[in-house]
Amino acid sequence: MFNKNTMATFFILIIPIVIIVIGVDLINIRLLNRLAIILCINMILVLGLQSFMGNSGILSFAHIGFMGVGAYTSALLAMPLRMKSMALPDLYLMLKTIEISPYLAIFIGGLVAALLAATISYPLMRLSDAAAVITSFALLVVLHTVMVHWSAVTNGPRTLFGIKAITDIYLAGGVAIVMLFLTLLYKESRYGLLLRAVRDDQVAASAIGANLSKLRWIGFIISAFMAGIAGGIWAHFITSFSPNAFYLKETFVILGMLVIGGTTTVTGAVIGTIAVSVVFDGLRAIENMINMAQMFPKPIVGMTEVVLAIAMIATLILRPGGITGSLEVGCWPSIKKRLYHR
Amino acid sequence: MIGQIIQFTIDALSLGSLYALMALGLVIVYGILKLVNFAYGELIMVTGYTLFLLSGSPLPWIVMAGCGILMAVFFGILTELIAFRPVRAKSVTAVLITSFAFSTLLQNAALLFISPRSRQVPLPDLFTQSVELAGVIIPLRNIITIIFAVVLLILFALLLKKTVLGIALRAAASEFRMARMLGVPANLVISLAFAISGFFAGVVGILWLGRIGVVLPTIGLEPLLIAFIATVIGGMRSLQGAVLGGYLLAFIDISLNYTLPQDLLQFRDAFTFSFVILLLVLKPEGLIKGPATGQRT
Repeated sequence: MFNKNTMATFFILIIPIVIIVIGVDLINIRLLNRLAIILCINMILVLGLQSFMGNSGILSFAHIGFMGVGAYTSALLAMPLRMKSMALPDLYLMLKTIEISPYLAIFIGGLVAALLAATISYPLMRLSDAAAVITSFALLVVLHTVMVHWSAVTNGPRTLFGIKAITDIYLAGGVAIVMLFLTLLYKESRYGLLLRAVRDDQVAASAIGANLSKLRWIGFIISAFMAGIAGGIWAHFITSFSPNAFYLKETFVILGMLVIGGTTTVTGAVIGTIAVSVVFDGLRAIENMINMAQMFPKPIVGMTEVVLAIAMIATLILRPGGITGSLEVGCWPSIKKRLYHR
Repeated sequence: MIGQIIQFTIDALSLGSLYALMALGLVIVYGILKLVNFAYGELIMVTGYTLFLLSGSPLPWIVMAGCGILMAVFFGILTELIAFRPVRAKSVTAVLITSFAFSTLLQNAALLFISPRSRQVPLPDLFTQSVELAGVIIPLRNIITIIFAVVLLILFALLLKKTVLGIALRAAASEFRMARMLGVPANLVISLAFAISGFFAGVVGILWLGRIGVVLPTIGLEPLLIAFIATVIGGMRSLQGAVLGGYLLAFIDISLNYTLPQDLLQFRDAFTFSFVILLLVLKPEGLIKGPATGQRT
């Protein structure tokens, strides 16, 4: 299924995830556990974004919107009936009587996000450059507006509560590994390869018969599916949330992880997520410490985002390929030498 | 009846003037670079915070407003230097990401150094007074907005048609590479475009703040979205299109406000943005087609 290099990439990239999952479980500190789960969920999101953005070369803002779709779908399907009548009194009758296993609900959440992406995105896929970015931005605004105002289903701008907490570090880490596999599989598949051909030379790729819209469409659906799954897992971890969780702020963080790690490679997605998460959480902790000690007359907010923004701009100026460059880890000369020419 | 018509006209015209100026500021950069400046809305925020920071000073209001506009111009040029120039030659995606990152940077800097809460800005009495016309009360600020916009649009049109700078700008917008070969300095023209964009953002900022009276870190998002829609409707590459799109959007918005029932009105943004997506797919060049696509670098 995979060639040698991709296989090596997959197994090397699993290592940090496994270390994080097992390490956190052994140390067993609540805060650390939380951060690690968020890291794994973010990794799923970044991998999803990578599978569209990395292969097609088009920036997409709508990704987080599909995370929201997955989160609300799975939350609604798996919420205990008694809670449902309390949290969402105006819910439609059909949804009011359903309660399914949360694991199944998360999966369905991913499918619904993918289905939604499939139905609305096909005509958008022939747009390139700035027009494509504006449409994806518009799509995010549309999804957000609907989530904020569709009170019967989402509880409007208010917080939706009463979702079962089932996500633990093994679920989040396990799904992250599965998604890593899926992303690599897609990248090395016929469709991923052709999409990258379109990205690099549209005219030449069309000449050998690559259907640009369809190829981008497939990538977009896969990416939306992964975002939906991530949303479901997140919903069953955080247990109460509002539509504001799925807007520009989150988009910025996910985009930052991918850009700093390296947009074009799966390695970049994984490394970027881990590196940015560690720095981000570290800064957040410092921010909290400063606020607790009341060193300044008013609490500090936004410092972490400022640092991430500067890091993003600096990365794109100094090292446009991100930390990892343009090669997957399995293709790095130093790694190859160790693996095959001993 | 006549009163209602006057009210509607003034409402639509004043909102349209604001929207047109917003769209023009965005499209002047887009026309040359074929790139969206996501940090455009934050220039309006900069104007607002400049006013807020100067509010304790003894300066007359008009000087404060001037400072606000100057700061927007300054930050416009800064956007170009930090987020656009170093990555301009690399890829479209890279520039879009840096401009998005710069927008977040400015927003969070405001959070960090000023406050997450909204702050009152100083406004002259002129903005709160109103006049009576044929039985309807009309806020003076709406009339000021219309007059300001018309004067600015005429001046801008003259600048584009009659001056060397205007000709260079238009040449760069239609055929960048050729313009450079004929001696138009690329970096200077682009910086100037950002300066003009900042100037429009500053003026819009003053007028917009005159409507809402407070400034907060996320104030830039709405004007940015409005400018997006207006430019997409009017034509992303044409300046006349941007102005037309602004007025048209305001007309649609005000009509919906007058006619749509309350429970549908809250979905207005979803409707307008679906319309934007549809328009981009069906008629990507907008209502008015600009000059042919040129090169970016």
